[in-house]
Amino acid sequence: MKLAIIDYGAGNIKSIQFAFNRLGVNAILTHDEKDIINADKVIFPGVGEAGSAMKMLIKSGLDQLIPELKQPVLGICLGMQLLCNYTEEGDTEGLGIFDTNVKRFDHSVKVPHMGWNVITDLQSDLFKEVPDRSYLYLVHSYYAELGSQAIAKTDYGLVYASALNYHNFYGVQFHPEKSGEVGAQILNNFLKL
Amino acid sequence: MLTKRIIPCLDIKNGRTVKGVNFVNLRDAGDPVKLAKKYADKGADELVFLDISATLEGRKTTREMVLKVAEQVNIPFTVGGGISSVEDVDILLKNGADKVSVNSAAVKRPDLINELSAKFGNQCVVVAIDAKEINGEWKVHLAGGSIPTEIGLFSWAKEVEERGAGEILFTSMNHDGTKNGFANEALAKLSQYVNIPIIASGGAGTTQHFVDAFDKGKADAALAASVFHFGEIEIIDLKKEIKRNNIEVRL
Repeated sequence: MKLAIIDYGAGNIKSIQFAFNRLGVNAILTHDEKDIINADKVIFPGVGEAGSAMKMLIKSGLDQLIPELKQPVLGICLGMQLLCNYTEEGDTEGLGIFDTNVKRFDHSVKVPHMGWNVITDLQSDLFKEVPDRSYLYLVHSYYAELGSQAIAKTDYGLVYASALNYHNFYGVQFHPEKSGEVGAQILNNFLKL
Repeated sequence: MLTKRIIPCLDIKNGRTVKGVNFVNLRDAGDPVKLAKKYADKGADELVFLDISATLEGRKTTREMVLKVAEQVNIPFTVGGGISSVEDVDILLKNGADKVSVNSAAVKRPDLINELSAKFGNQCVVVAIDAKEINGEWKVHLAGGSIPTEIGLFSWAKEVEERGAGEILFTSMNHDGTKNGFANEALAKLSQYVNIPIIASGGAGTTQHFVDAFDKGKADAALAASVFHFGEIEIIDLKKEIKRNNIEVRL
């Protein structure tokens, strides 16, 4: 199993590598085109601001490479949001894999949405043996709107898509690498897709 | 629904847990990694490590500890204590910390909050505020609560939010160490002033104190040290009791 975590300078990605280590899988951190194309599975992480993250992707050509990938790809947090059509954060065009937009939470709730919340309406093998209403750790100020590609939903003032799927592309708003045993199960499921 | 969080806090000196830890069935309570794992297994929602090392060498050791925690612990954790620059934070995040907390350095140079938020995102910037109520007014204190300032708690909280803090860790010096409950009035007022999560700290003694911090104090999370370290309150029992009071927690 060759597992590549795309390293484009965005935030704490070691935690993801460590989480796979705990599952007995050695993941490489890389921005090398060949490494990514040849990997069996690809993780597209992201912490930070959407506009500057997209600039880094464009600068390295990863904005062209990622949509062409044929193996299972998992976007985490901002990684998932950048796979959408558009995000209000920094008025940023996304990679357009997921046919939905990303908006900011309004002031009726505390922002960021930080802590453990449940995921419901689970609809993918990514959630095999994951009970409905499991708690996952989230920290984000922007959310993906619901649509036909939503494979999990979360309620924070409104119901949004906390996971998305289109063909070989998967995206999760929560941090499976920081979500205890349930998170580990989801990462393990991704490895088996 | 988003749950309220329970956060044990560990004091770290030279990479070791230093004081106030008395765990039954734990051979090496001085090993922060083992303690952290134990708390994660017992249902803690997050962890805070407060580095009280006085030397550069001590801080270096703590950074190595952070890496080991990140390798082995599967819940989020914050590292605080002595952080005063973008470089300090960069090293901690690269070693796998999820968030950092800044305190005195942010009061002395508030632009630090803007710099950290711009570079790393507000989700990983916790601003810790130590404050004491003196003649009915809450004043921010520095250096672990020992040096008073003229800065008001609520105006400072508003300012750190505007500068890009993602969360506030508020410790009441009046309540800290008393085991008489959290500063619920001030906590509730903080939640009216700012729209970012508030962690309550200082005063935990009983299970009811946590219920009150969430119910009356409107806190988003509650932090405690000795009641957990000495086994006076088991996290799982605490969460069950909170749940019985119709407050959402992760069980």
